[in-house]
Amino acid sequence: MANTLVHNFFDPKFVTLEIIPNYFKMSGASALIKSSLAKKYWMALTGLFLCFFLIVHLAGNLTLLAGDSARAGFNAYTKFMTSFVPIKVASYITYLGILFHAVDGLLLTLKNRKARPVKYAYEKPQVNSIWSSRNMGVLGTAIFVFIVLHMGNFWFRYKFTTLPTDVDGNFDMYGVVVESFKMEWYVGLYVLCMAALAFHLYHGFWSAFQTLGVNHPKYTPAIKKLGFGFSILIPLGFAIIPIAVYVMNL
Amino acid sequence: MKLTLKVWRQNGPKEKGKIATYQVDDISEDMSFLEMMDVLNNELIEKGEDPVAFDHDCREGICGACSMFINGEAHGPGRGITTCQLHMRSFNDGDTIYIEPWRAAAFPIIKDLVVNRSAFDRIIQSGGFISVNTSGNTLDANAIPIPKSDADAAFDAATCIGCGACVATCKNSSAMLFTSAKISQLSLLPQGKPEAKERVVNMVKQMDLEGFGNCTNTGACAVECPKGISLENVARMNREFLLASTTKS
Amino acid sequence: MALDEKIPEGPLEQKWTKHKNNIRLVNPANKRLIDVIVIGTGLAGGSASASLAEMGYNVKAFCFQDSPRRAHSIAAQGGINAAKNYQNDGDSVYRLFYDTIKGGDYRSREANVYRLAEVSTNIIDQCVAQGVPFARDYGGLLDNRSFGGVQVSRTFYAKGQTGQQLLLGAYSAMSRQISKGKIEMFSRHEMLDMVIVDGKARGIITRNLVTGEIDRHSAHAVVLCSGGYGNVFYLSTNAMGSNATAAWKAHKRGAYMANPCYTQIHPTCIPVSGDYQSKLTLMSESLRNDGRIWVPKTKEHAKAVQAGELKPTAIKEEDRDYYLERRYPSFGNLVPRDVASRAAKERCDAGYGVNKTGNAVFLDFSSAIVRYGKVEANTKGLDSNDEALVQKLGKDVVAAKYGNLFQMYEKITDDNPYETPMKIFPAVHYTMGGLWVDYNLMTTVPGCFACGEANFSDHGANRLGASALMQGLADGYFVLPYTVGDFLASDIRTGPISTDSPEFEAAEKEVKERLSAFVNNPGTKPVDHYHRQLGKIMWEYCGMAREGEGLKKAIVMIQELREDFYKNVRVPGKEDEFNPELEKASRVADFLELGELMCKDALDRNESCGGHFREEMQTEEGEALRDDKNYRYVSAWEWFENPTDAKLHAIELTFDNVELKTRSYK
Repeated sequence: MANTLVHNFFDPKFVTLEIIPNYFKMSGASALIKSSLAKKYWMALTGLFLCFFLIVHLAGNLTLLAGDSARAGFNAYTKFMTSFVPIKVASYITYLGILFHAVDGLLLTLKNRKARPVKYAYEKPQVNSIWSSRNMGVLGTAIFVFIVLHMGNFWFRYKFTTLPTDVDGNFDMYGVVVESFKMEWYVGLYVLCMAALAFHLYHGFWSAFQTLGVNHPKYTPAIKKLGFGFSILIPLGFAIIPIAVYVMNL
Repeated sequence: MKLTLKVWRQNGPKEKGKIATYQVDDISEDMSFLEMMDVLNNELIEKGEDPVAFDHDCREGICGACSMFINGEAHGPGRGITTCQLHMRSFNDGDTIYIEPWRAAAFPIIKDLVVNRSAFDRIIQSGGFISVNTSGNTLDANAIPIPKSDADAAFDAATCIGCGACVATCKNSSAMLFTSAKISQLSLLPQGKPEAKERVVNMVKQMDLEGFGNCTNTGACAVECPKGISLENVARMNREFLLASTTKS
Repeated sequence: MALDEKIPEGPLEQKWTKHKNNIRLVNPANKRLIDVIVIGTGLAGGSASASLAEMGYNVKAFCFQDSPRRAHSIAAQGGINAAKNYQNDGDSVYRLFYDTIKGGDYRSREANVYRLAEVSTNIIDQCVAQGVPFARDYGGLLDNRSFGGVQVSRTFYAKGQTGQQLLLGAYSAMSRQISKGKIEMFSRHEMLDMVIVDGKARGIITRNLVTGEIDRHSAHAVVLCSGGYGNVFYLSTNAMGSNATAAWKAHKRGAYMANPCYTQIHPTCIPVSGDYQSKLTLMSESLRNDGRIWVPKTKEHAKAVQAGELKPTAIKEEDRDYYLERRYPSFGNLVPRDVASRAAKERCDAGYGVNKTGNAVFLDFSSAIVRYGKVEANTKGLDSNDEALVQKLGKDVVAAKYGNLFQMYEKITDDNPYETPMKIFPAVHYTMGGLWVDYNLMTTVPGCFACGEANFSDHGANRLGASALMQGLADGYFVLPYTVGDFLASDIRTGPISTDSPEFEAAEKEVKERLSAFVNNPGTKPVDHYHRQLGKIMWEYCGMAREGEGLKKAIVMIQELREDFYKNVRVPGKEDEFNPELEKASRVADFLELGELMCKDALDRNESCGGHFREEMQTEEGEALRDDKNYRYVSAWEWFENPTDAKLHAIELTFDNVELKTRSYK
């Protein structure tokens, strides 16, 4: 329908809108699935859910820095995460969340591309918006690639290869992690990807609230500040681990 | 001052366009940007060439007709102004200025810098009104007091001039700021409340149907908006749509 | 032909009610069989289209803009009058009626003006119901301000954007009817002729401004809401596209043009800065509440200021001539628009102007800043002798009142009005004249109606501030929808009007020939060249002050210019494409005829009244001298072949309810 409109736009009758009545009948439920806003709501909800996941994941990872008890602690944590049923369910929801967030983002990006088929010859977007807000797709892709690598390196090896065990009989994931973080390029990549995550969160955190309709002159500045703090602290926490492990093992 | 202009020329909606280069001399700093374009056009006519087509009307920043993307910004450098309020003193002698039309699939080019913004009209037609007949036999105007803060917020949203700078600025050519401004104005007033749910659902539908992109909350639209329409309106629309589509039968 | 004004019998305050009761009606089923064309989508056209569609007529609405929302009503700043008496300051329908008649210098029709005042209150109710966000006080009720020197506060406003908000209200009402299919909207379409079948207006010929297609549209009635003709002066506060073509084509098809010489020149506009200037910007009249208008007392100072060698702030108080306060001690800077404009012209003509062209006067806020600053300092318990503090506090107060206007001024001129006085000069703003209409708003062509600024009836020789919006909406929402029925009641059996009749054929052919003559003209000069020349002639000889010999000279000059125009104008491009130059050429051609008629009308009216000032007719002190004995009439002009042959029909004005007095502001 939209295409015929564009072709017929010279036709004055076109303004009289025969198209509207059908559209009026759109029910609430389908509006919540098909509309552009719905895609944004899902983006925001999955995004906030993944923010929560980051906190949990970071808390677990920090056991890597627990000094002498790090090996036993981290391995026990790994065991718990992979065998306790509710956690397993949660982790599959998280994988789905990541996929949904990525696919939804891709769909939105495609629609956005279509909305501007011809680009400007001269653009100056830096004067009206921040870089990260305009590059959520690129940042998200970087993060997604990282997740794939990350899962391949740790999750895949844990699940599908035979690892040595520690004194408690748990698989020695700690050893795998330390081995990986002895490689400079891997540490560098990890830190870089955490920087991407930081930028992604810097815009994404606040943006999720805006999309869900939470914007108020009193509270929005606080949300933005919280988002800023979150976008610095979480990736920083993740990035410190490989650096610390690398330095300790020099 | 002397300027080099890089202007988008396109003969019709389906023809191929390109950037053409023109020189203009003797431009006064006190001229408005559109008066500078008048100078260029009169020179072109005298040379027997086709003048540059552009939309303009009131030339005092309120009708919303003028629409040029100048040096990478909707309505050019400067905040809170339309193209007609941009003056040449914002440029320097010898500058090169890029002048392009609004770019959006939903705003097809008619000629050169003129685009078709009737998509905006259709969004309003889908629900941007209060269904009251025009008999004048309504309640007395003072029958329903409206808190000043609501009246002021409704006014601020209502100042939108429908120029399309938000769409032109948005990297996704999204019309959320425009659509949400009208939704906000009417939902903030008691008179607009009875139809608020239908309104937000129908207007968002029409907005999608027109082929505008999605909002990525970059905030660029609000920065470039000549009337300073706030992003709070977009959030209000998000909120109302969510509420309407989850509670409407 | 004797014109029937169709004014109902009976006492003034019962005329409209009685008329509504006696008027013929069209029943709902028959309304569906009737088509009405509305030209223009401003306050009058937008509200008329919406109302007619809602009543059940099939409406076809046309505008030359890309959207009906951009009509120039949108630029009105100040407000809209209504006799609501919310402020309990003694306002009433009668008082609004009286102020309007007096403000119009006793040259408007009593019955029409009373009806306008009567329906004014409904407008506010209607607009609030439509969601127009008028300014409100802290109690949540509507706020009012005083405007244009009247003694009550009856002006409703939405900051400095009242016109915009009202227009968007009418536009939304229209949009609702468009979505229902009751209005067929034709934007970017321009009416280029009116078609008359069997003596009635039955259709129009339009040009699609995008494709250049010429189309025929038929209807049972044609309503012209096409605005005023101020752009005949080239420089005015009108929009670039505002034009007289629709009204002028109707005039040439038999609609009389009334009082074309009544033009309102608004005193507070930003002065012309150079030859390239394309339009003038109005600064709200409200600025005169606090600004003092002056020029230097001596020519030496004036010359130095003009040359940029002397700053206005360096001129001492005793060397300044606050000429309005000097000439009109009791009203001072708040005299009506026409008086203030003429006084500025008088000073500038005498050589005291203050910008490089010598055509500007100062509007100074320094006294107001000090005055407000001292009050603020006192209320806050601060030192009111601390000059810097007083300046700061005073500027804050002024910013709160006029901030957006000051900002607009600074954007355009690059001068900071908080530090140095503003420069202002009068500019053409509104035309009180227009198509002659009877009480039903019908022109002399049966079936052709005119509303809003396009007609002539309500403002006499001078319009009061905040009355234009009132009239546009009154005509469109509450008057025309009723009165049009009286005419259409005869058409319930007519059926659709065919566009294949010889009348349509002939009109279309004429339009096509006219346009093709333009694009095929082997000329050299752009349309703007002629428009500028015409503007200069009009401003010089038919502007703020007119004089017999000058007007005669102007008529000859316009005739010569018109001849030159047809010989030497160059219109690039083709007819069948998007061609803004062709649009302009066709509009300027009409201005070149209308301009002559305006001069002719001004020449005939050998009196000074309202916006029309004949230099021969003034008191020894330079005040306007009205001649009620000889000129208490409406001049309605009938078209014959060309403006030179136009024939005058003088239609006497009778005043049964007000006493004719001389306006004095001393």
